[in-house]
Amino acid sequence: MNAEPEVLDCRGQRCPLPVIALARRLPGLPVGGVLRVLADDPAAANDIPAWCRLRGQEYLGRVDADGAPGFDVRRTG
Amino acid sequence: MLGRHGRGVGPGYGRVVGPSGYFDAAAGLPTHPVAWQAMQAAAGDGWADPGKLYAAGRRARQLLDAARAALAEQLRVRPDEVGLCASGTAAAQAAVRGIRAARRRAGETVVHSAIEHSAVLHEAASGPSVSVPVDRLGRVDAGAFAAAVGAPGVALAALISASHEVGTVQPLAEVARSCAAAGVPLVVDAAQSVGRLPVPDGWSALSASARKWGGPAGVGILVVRKGVRWTPPWPGAEPAGLDQPGGLNLPAVVGAAAALRAVAAEAAAQRDRLHELVDRIRDRVAASVPDVEVVGDPVDRLPHLVTFSCLYVDGEALLHALDRAGFAVSSGSSCTASTLRPSHVLEAMGVLSHGNVRVSLPSDVDSAEVDRFLAVLPGIVADLRAEAGVVGL
Repeated sequence: MNAEPEVLDCRGQRCPLPVIALARRLPGLPVGGVLRVLADDPAAANDIPAWCRLRGQEYLGRVDADGAPGFDVRRTG
Repeated sequence: MLGRHGRGVGPGYGRVVGPSGYFDAAAGLPTHPVAWQAMQAAAGDGWADPGKLYAAGRRARQLLDAARAALAEQLRVRPDEVGLCASGTAAAQAAVRGIRAARRRAGETVVHSAIEHSAVLHEAASGPSVSVPVDRLGRVDAGAFAAAVGAPGVALAALISASHEVGTVQPLAEVARSCAAAGVPLVVDAAQSVGRLPVPDGWSALSASARKWGGPAGVGILVVRKGVRWTPPWPGAEPAGLDQPGGLNLPAVVGAAAALRAVAAEAAAQRDRLHELVDRIRDRVAASVPDVEVVGDPVDRLPHLVTFSCLYVDGEALLHALDRAGFAVSSGSSCTASTLRPSHVLEAMGVLSHGNVRVSLPSDVDSAEVDRFLAVLPGIVADLRAEAGVVGL
């Protein structure tokens, strides 16, 4: 089983800040590691998957946590 | 740098009607000089109520009839199929609401693309509705659309002729065929196409907005073809009339008709020039701005419109920086919307919504202004990224 994903709390941040925080943090994870971005900005649900597509990272889907929308991203490279 | 031509000008000041750097034609164009002239004449001659039987009323009626006939000719329909509304939004809503009401016995469901204008989406959402997805380029899935209109209980289908946000032309002819096969009327929001591109036949009702082709604001066009069941959606409206009740702004209607005739005559010639200018923007933006996503169909699109998103850039900051450089553009980023939600069109396509810019060129745009835009844009984006500390991310 996979370990619990690392959590990046971007609640209260407006777009494009959650995507910027994701881009800063993901390279710090080992390849294959999963980052859960908590973001309540309405653009995050669209822009996090779009960023993954542009950057060749894997978007795993939405997993709400702590009462906030969460978006799981796996570092592929 | 200040605009060369200053603000929009009145009659008799030549062909150029807009300030330079105005790249938001999809929101509305400055009033065409031909429309100014026609409006001035109509204001002097057609001030009376066209419903009255005395001489001044009859004169106003003549002007109204002539304007309606001119609009009908440009739209290739009969004059009694053309209705006049207070806005394109009112016309689009009336098309959907009126057909849905008239077809209640057949069903109440409205099938629509995910990228309709919000006026259509709101109207559709007042009852049962089915939203058909679009692909990454912003084109509706014609197969899924056909399946949805073939289901029982469908009152009507609604499809925008071309996306007002990303320019992608929609498969109207194919969708019209599947609607006809299913016996479902098709409503087309043609606000971005009328006066620019031919709209394929096969629709039952169509809406448009005069300000998008250089007519004055406040004139919406509602076309309902003969034989299509449509109930006036306004309280107290005459059963036979398509016009929105209330006093018509007759000079504006006359100006709208004059402008449409003028722009339609030039549209074919300008289409190629605009298409090439937008090709130039698409190519140069992709080549000169790092981490940019140029969206929409690169070929089968509106001739004058292109949308792109700049990674890690705040859309509102980009809009203001371009404004300071003398360029008026639009954005689908959430930070530029009163709702603080990203554009539903960009969301439906799954493309980046932040750092978003929509450029839509007026027909008389100076290509040197396009080049100036392309020259300043990379530096503006680079500066904003440097300020945000996202360079190299």
